[in-house]
Amino acid sequence: MGTENYRRLFTEDPLFWKALAVTLEYAVLSVPLGIAASLAIAMLLNQKVRGIPLFRALFYMPSLVPSVAMAIVWQWVFNANHGILNQVLGAAGLGKPQWLQDAKWTIPAFVIMSLSGAGGARMIIFLAGLQAIPSSYYEAAQIDGADGWSQFRHITLPMLSPVTFFNLTLGVIGSFQYFTQAFVMTNGGPNNASLFYALSIFRNAFEYFKFGKASALAWILFAIVLAITLAQFGASRRWVYYEGETR
Amino acid sequence: MLILGAAAYSTPLIWTICTSLKTNEEIAHEPNRLLPHRVTLENFPAAWHALPFVNYVVNTLFVTLCCTLATVFSAALVAYGFARFKFRGRNTLFFLMLATMMLPSQVTMIPVFLLWKQVHAIDTYLPLTVPSLFGGAFNIFLLRQFFMGIPRELDEAMLLDGCGYFGIWRRLILPLSTPALIAVVLFTFIGSWDNFEGPLIYLSNPDNYTLSIGLDLFHDQYSTNQGQLMAATLVHIVPMLALFLVAQKFFIRGANLSGLGGR
Repeated sequence: MGTENYRRLFTEDPLFWKALAVTLEYAVLSVPLGIAASLAIAMLLNQKVRGIPLFRALFYMPSLVPSVAMAIVWQWVFNANHGILNQVLGAAGLGKPQWLQDAKWTIPAFVIMSLSGAGGARMIIFLAGLQAIPSSYYEAAQIDGADGWSQFRHITLPMLSPVTFFNLTLGVIGSFQYFTQAFVMTNGGPNNASLFYALSIFRNAFEYFKFGKASALAWILFAIVLAITLAQFGASRRWVYYEGETR
Repeated sequence: MLILGAAAYSTPLIWTICTSLKTNEEIAHEPNRLLPHRVTLENFPAAWHALPFVNYVVNTLFVTLCCTLATVFSAALVAYGFARFKFRGRNTLFFLMLATMMLPSQVTMIPVFLLWKQVHAIDTYLPLTVPSLFGGAFNIFLLRQFFMGIPRELDEAMLLDGCGYFGIWRRLILPLSTPALIAVVLFTFIGSWDNFEGPLIYLSNPDNYTLSIGLDLFHDQYSTNQGQLMAATLVHIVPMLALFLVAQKFFIRGANLSGLGGR
């Protein structure tokens, strides 16, 4: 006993490493893409255009549809033969991947699906962050002749950095706990290509009733996420700018 | 670009609406078409009368309002402490708080349940509402990020004017963070309105059920009846959408910057 559960996981369990690899691949792809997409949408929706409340609501809506209904919708979108995604790809002359049946395409499919949440909470947080930037900064920059890109680079990005940091930290934590959609849509398949880490904890605990192994898995997850978060806080000193910080 | 994106993002909802307007024969038909061949409204009254939805709505509203008020107040107060005061062990406490988010809820579910069972709070609303008095790590971290972006000189000016720390919080920090506070209200309301796991675990008397449990009962009892499920789903979504439309009014660029004029 003692550390036996941990030793076995590290040395004898290929599924442990598989789950870790799947989750890492998903995190590396979905977190940066998701943050970039959310920021782009927030900036799009921060304009003074007629009907902006309607546009904001339309982008936010996927986050309001319960996950059961959402999973049904996405199975329909990813259907290899008559799903809407492959109809579009087919019409554009591109291939028709077997999204949820081909191990190669499973993680990309989940990443695409995760982008449908880019108009949700993360976008709202960016939108709130954009509000907090004094408009006098942009006015001063315009007087100095700064173009749109350099305003974005030198005002928007640094002023948003506390919020971006928040979204990054929470994005990583969330991606390591990704569970519901993988459970509902593919249940880890095909050939364990979507065996997310949280799904493997769930299986060991509630399907195989190996509570010791499941607890060991949970503690390893906790240690990994804590280490990444601490590293992010360390690195944040170099790129996150707080106007009200005591120096 | 705005229109293209909006169209793509609203597809799931449009699909839900369209399905709720179809007859069952049409939903079962393969291949599935988006637009209903013949529009029918019969799914809505049928779904409404199938379960005591009025009762569920009242219960859900009660839990949701308690959670939202408690969360915003507590999170804003704790975040102010983390953002503005230096004290021993602050960073340790902050990481301890963040650590509460790092285990999946499936892992902590059972110990937390046993805790509530020991204090005989099962089948009451206490396990669903009392935790919100602690604000939640997500909200506290979020508000801290916004509070730290407010220049310190403003605090100092108010201190010189004889304002206490509580006054600074109420009259400077909170007004300047309106969009962030609105975001917390929105997330807490939606999270609580939508909460499924909590009511599922803690409520056993059907009179106490919330709307999300009602939807799931519906899913089980009427699993072949997708049209009614989608109709009930829409009824579930409407209050959240209404709140969103009110809340987004506060996201108007420059509306909250009067305190920073002339800087």
